[in-house]
Parts: sequence; structure tokens; C-alpha cells
Amino acid sequence: MRKLKEFFVERLILICGLASIFFVILIFLFLTKEGLAVFKSVRPLDFLLGRNWYPISEPAQLGILPLIFGSLLVTLGAAVISIPIGVACAVYIAEIAPLKIKEVLKAGIELLAAIPSVVLGFIGMVTLVPWVKTTFHLPTGLTALSGSIILAFMAMPTIVSIAEDALYSVPKSYKEGAFALGATHWQTIYRVLLPAASSGIVAAIMLGIGRVIGETMAVMMITGNAAVIPHSILVSVRTLTATIAAEMGEAVVGSEHYFALFAIGIVLFIISFIINVTADLFLHKRR
Amino acid sequence: MVKFNAKNLNIWFGQIHALKGVNIEIEANEILSVIGPSNSGKTSFLRMLNRLNELHANFRMSGWLEFDREEIKRINVESLRKRVGMVFALPLPLPLSIFENVAYGVRMHGEKNRGKVAGIVEGALKQAYLWDEVKDRLGVSAFKLSGGQQQRLCIARTLAVAPEVILFDEPCSGLDPISTAKVEEAMLRLKKDYTIVLVTNNVKQAARVGDRTAFFLSGELVELDRTQKLFTAPADRRTDGYIRGEFG
Repeated sequence: MRKLKEFFVERLILICGLASIFFVILIFLFLTKEGLAVFKSVRPLDFLLGRNWYPISEPAQLGILPLIFGSLLVTLGAAVISIPIGVACAVYIAEIAPLKIKEVLKAGIELLAAIPSVVLGFIGMVTLVPWVKTTFHLPTGLTALSGSIILAFMAMPTIVSIAEDALYSVPKSYKEGAFALGATHWQTIYRVLLPAASSGIVAAIMLGIGRVIGETMAVMMITGNAAVIPHSILVSVRTLTATIAAEMGEAVVGSEHYFALFAIGIVLFIISFIINVTADLFLHKRR
Repeated sequence: MVKFNAKNLNIWFGQIHALKGVNIEIEANEILSVIGPSNSGKTSFLRMLNRLNELHANFRMSGWLEFDREEIKRINVESLRKRVGMVFALPLPLPLSIFENVAYGVRMHGEKNRGKVAGIVEGALKQAYLWDEVKDRLGVSAFKLSGGQQQRLCIARTLAVAPEVILFDEPCSGLDPISTAKVEEAMLRLKKDYTIVLVTNNVKQAARVGDRTAFFLSGELVELDRTQKLFTAPADRRTDGYIRGEFG
């Protein structure tokens, strides 16, 4: 009887484990099947490097270069804002802050991570967008810059918590060794702790950026969604994710447009896959 | 000349009373060995001398401790640690080349002239008796060295910032007998120019290299005497018991 029970429990757990892999493979297969269909009518290079995204004109023009640029620009902007602030915050929490402030900050960062992206987008829409508009004298505040700032807030919790973890796990003896040589606190942080934790910090940054690139709701609300190759950070852009979210509802199933959106999904999948694998490589290097 | 002078020194880590009313004078150019079982306070005492205990969040102290006739708390902590170097139990090379490991502290303290840095590095490696073994491969990663060589590299790194005192915290606990002999030889020759405080778990090592030996037990300094005297005719029964290996 006990053996039988053991047998069933083991099988059940096995099935659960396989199910998750099975679903991932299923999703991947579905994505490729639907996405690759677009290349029957468009050549891959024209799809990736085409400058015009007019999916419902006749004939449809399906070039996603403006969307790729939109995603990259917003991500780059978010990275420029969130990396220095995030890493500095991690250093402060791990090394400088007194215990009480440390607790408060950590709770605050977790709270920031818990805000739903649509709420952040909404707040950005009513506060940040008008501010960008008046500060830079623009016709509209719905720009890549607004998107970058909001996304920086979304990347920050990931960057801070993982980088803080990496700094914290640097052996105490490294720090003592530096102090014993007469290093100041800042010299110890800058010359010993940061280099020693560098692989973990890079992983933190990659995961933060991974979150930014996949983010949809907030960017769709505040970047203006103009599918044009941007020439500055102060113009409207449209990202890969926002395109899928905005157009999937109105694309006719089985149309070129429909397949193209799936192909965009593949592109996104490849980008985040590369980012995650890179982060993983750095995390493993640490161990 | 007296380098360190402690009067009724007490320290606590939270609730733990780690040093209890320690009175001690450390002379210039002597090797003072500090022995005692684990948790006897000997390492805590050593780490008072370069104020490393202060990294501990719940550290408190009372009593008097002076270095070169100046109260230790009044000395800028970075310059104190530059003057009082420390070698740890585990050799801790940085993930850099042999040369860069030694040059590290020198550069950190602001020396930029390449020729000068190279000269200091060579001098420090010679003093640590490592130069002949590494002079042809200074660019190689420090991790390629053996444990004993790494420990002497750490000694060279400490020497490179030109300290007056060197604190050794069980420097040979992870080394084989031959490497240990080399480190001890280096210590004996360094005595000429430096004051050395050696904390060790190895009673025989204390007997071999110490001019004077201090025996700590449960945070108290039980006995301090010339090494010869302490090992042949200890005044305290507890010292006698410890050096004869009755407890450890």
C-alpha cells in the first residue's frame, strides 16, 4: 500500500515537472509556426530592416525596423537612468546605510516592484508626460524619454535587489583585507567590492533590462506609439511589445498582419532569451 | 621604546565581554607572540591594534590604548592602518597579477610614479623572501602561487605600504611545515625593521619566533613574559597546562 502511494506521488510530481516544459515547448512551437508564416509574403530581411510599418494599407508594408529602434531607444534610455541609480542604491543599502534605514529602503524597493505596470503608466501619463511637454517645449509629452523614465522605475527594483545581494555575498575577508591596508571606505567599495561583485551586478543589470524590453502596458500608454524611426529621444516611438498589444485585437486571424505580429513575438523572444542567457552566464561565473 | 600601551582595556561585542581588563606594553622591534585557545580573545586583541574591530556593528570598548604615545582613537583610522599592517590567516590575494597585488596598496595611497612603484614592489618582495621565486613571472596571476607563496605575497603587500608594525593573525594555520618555516624565517628577519605581533594557535611556533609571549584565556591576559621564561617556568598554573597541551 505504501509502495503504491509512493509510486503515484512520484509519477504525479514527474508529470507536473514535465508539464511546465511541455507548455513552454508548445508555446514556442505555436509562436514559430504562426510567426514564420509571414515570410511567405515578406522576405526576412525586408521584415527586419524595412523602414515602414503600414500593416493595413494595400499592399501591406511590414518593416519592423522603426519598432526595433523604438524598443532599443526606450530601453537604452531606461538603462542610462536606472543603472547608475540602481547600482548606487545597492551600494548604499549593502555597505553604507545604518540598519534601520536599510530595512526601510529594502521595503520601499519591494513596494516599487509591486506596483502594477498599468498604474505606473497611468501615473506617468498624468504627471510625467505634461512635465516633459512643458520642460522641453514639445508638441506632445508622449515621447521615448517619458517611457524611459517610467521603465527605469520598473527596472530599478530588480537591479537594486540582485546587485545588493551580489555585494553582500562578497567574502567579508576581502573587505577586511582592504581596510587593513589602510583603504578608506570608498576605496574599499570602489576598488575591492564592486570588482569582486561585478559579475553579479552585470547579471542584475541584464535582468533589469530584460524586464524593460518585455514591458508593454506602461510604454504603450506614454510613448505615443508613432511607428517612425526616431531621431531623438524627444519624439514619439512605438515599441515591439506595444505593437503586438495594440494591434492583435484588430488583426484578422490568418492575415499577413496577424502573422507579422507573431513574428514580432519571435523577435522579442530571441532578444529576451539572449539577455537572460547572458545574465545567467554572469551569475554562474560568480559561483 | 613602547609602541603600544594598553591600560585596563575592555571590549564587548554585543553582550560578549571579549577582552577583560588587559594591561600590556608592546616594545618596538620585538616579536610578541600571543597564544591561547580559541575564544580566548587573542584575535580580538590583535584587531584592536589596527581598529579592525570597529567594523563590527555592536562593538564597544573602555579603557586606554595608545600607539606611539597617541591615543589610538584620535589617530585617523586610515593612516593608523597604513602604519599598522596586517596579515590574515588565509592568504587573500586579489584576482590580479603578482606585481599588481603588491602595487595595490602603494597605488591606493597615491603613488603614481611607475618607476617608484616598481622599486617598492621589488623591495617588498625581497623583504618577504619571495623575490627570487617570482621575479621572472611578475605578470602571472597571484592564484598560480602555492599557499605559502601566496602568504608571503600578502606579507609583501603589507610591507609595500611601509608600516611600522605588522600584525600576523595565525599566518601559518593553512600552510605546510616547509612553507611555515619560510614564513617564520621572513618574520625573524623583519624584526630588525618592524614591530611584530603574532597571534598563533601553534604553541611551538610562538616558542620559536617570539621574543616575548602573552597567554590569553577567556578574554584575560593571564601571563606575559620572555618566551624562554614562559615556556620553561610559567608563573601561572593555567599557562603551564595550556603549553603542555592539557587543554586547547
